[in-house]
Amino acid sequence: MIRPVEHILIPLGLIAVGALLGWSFFLAVTGEAGERLAAVALAHVPDSGVSNPVTSVLLNFRAYDTLLELAVLLTALLGIWSLGSADAGFQPAASVLEGMVAGFVPLLILSAGYMLWVGAYAPGGAFQAGALLGAAGVMLALAGHPNAGLPSEGRLRLLVALGVFVFATTGLLLMVVGDGFLTYPAGLAKWLILMIETAATLAIGATLAAAYLGGIPAAHPKTGETA
Amino acid sequence: MTNQVLFAQLLYGGSGILLILLGLWSFLVHAPLLRKLIAINVMGAGVFHILVAIAYRGIETPPDPVPHALVLTGIVVAVSATALALAFGKRLDQDADPG
Repeated sequence: MIRPVEHILIPLGLIAVGALLGWSFFLAVTGEAGERLAAVALAHVPDSGVSNPVTSVLLNFRAYDTLLELAVLLTALLGIWSLGSADAGFQPAASVLEGMVAGFVPLLILSAGYMLWVGAYAPGGAFQAGALLGAAGVMLALAGHPNAGLPSEGRLRLLVALGVFVFATTGLLLMVVGDGFLTYPAGLAKWLILMIETAATLAIGATLAAAYLGGIPAAHPKTGETA
Repeated sequence: MTNQVLFAQLLYGGSGILLILLGLWSFLVHAPLLRKLIAINVMGAGVFHILVAIAYRGIETPPDPVPHALVLTGIVVAVSATALALAFGKRLDQDADPG
């Protein structure tokens, strides 16, 4: 049986939306480019303290956006934690999986460090490095490690708030010394960006792994430490 | 802008639009929360396709960094929003079916 809404109305509406999207996209890529932000952004990359255009946009020109991004992550995790405690977790892994995890997790942490450093002049940066750290946590959780290798709850709270804290504090301190909020002074920019990115990487990694657990981590089974 | 760049942009952006429509359709038609969540993520992937396609300037010229930064942050927001929605869904299931 044909249900009119589901089989006629929605497809017709979607075709209309698709035609509109396709038309505007076609105009966007074929039409006169006009004044684009790309030229301005690329022209100012040398002043930004890093030579990778994407990192300079993320951590310098649109640093506000990235700060709020970290706040979104933190808020999502707080929402997840407010819903109760995490499930008991998985069985301890068999030896093959355990061996593989033992090999891969250090490699992931190493790659995260590389990603963080290389983000200054090539594709990479805090978000990619944080995603790798988060993946390491997910891998540990899947292999049956309690709490995905995250520290105890008190320290975990500090860790997930670290990104927003360092970012906002840097911005406020820059205001105190007379520059604008998150307007890095030339010369210092590179080190400020690296510091913020390091804190953001740790916070993103811990947040993603904690979000994967799906609730407040349970107390550690052996030590009784709330982890 | 050469034809080859335009072709790549239209192909990639067109697939992005297709993904958005597929996701939107699935979101509207299917009732279960998990299917809606997957649909939203498919839509998000479509949006990222379009942003990356708009940023493309050919192999030799560097891409527009502004849409790229948007995609990067967008991925992280999508992941965390999905995690939050899954936690909500799990809690709803627990409350609907105690024990």
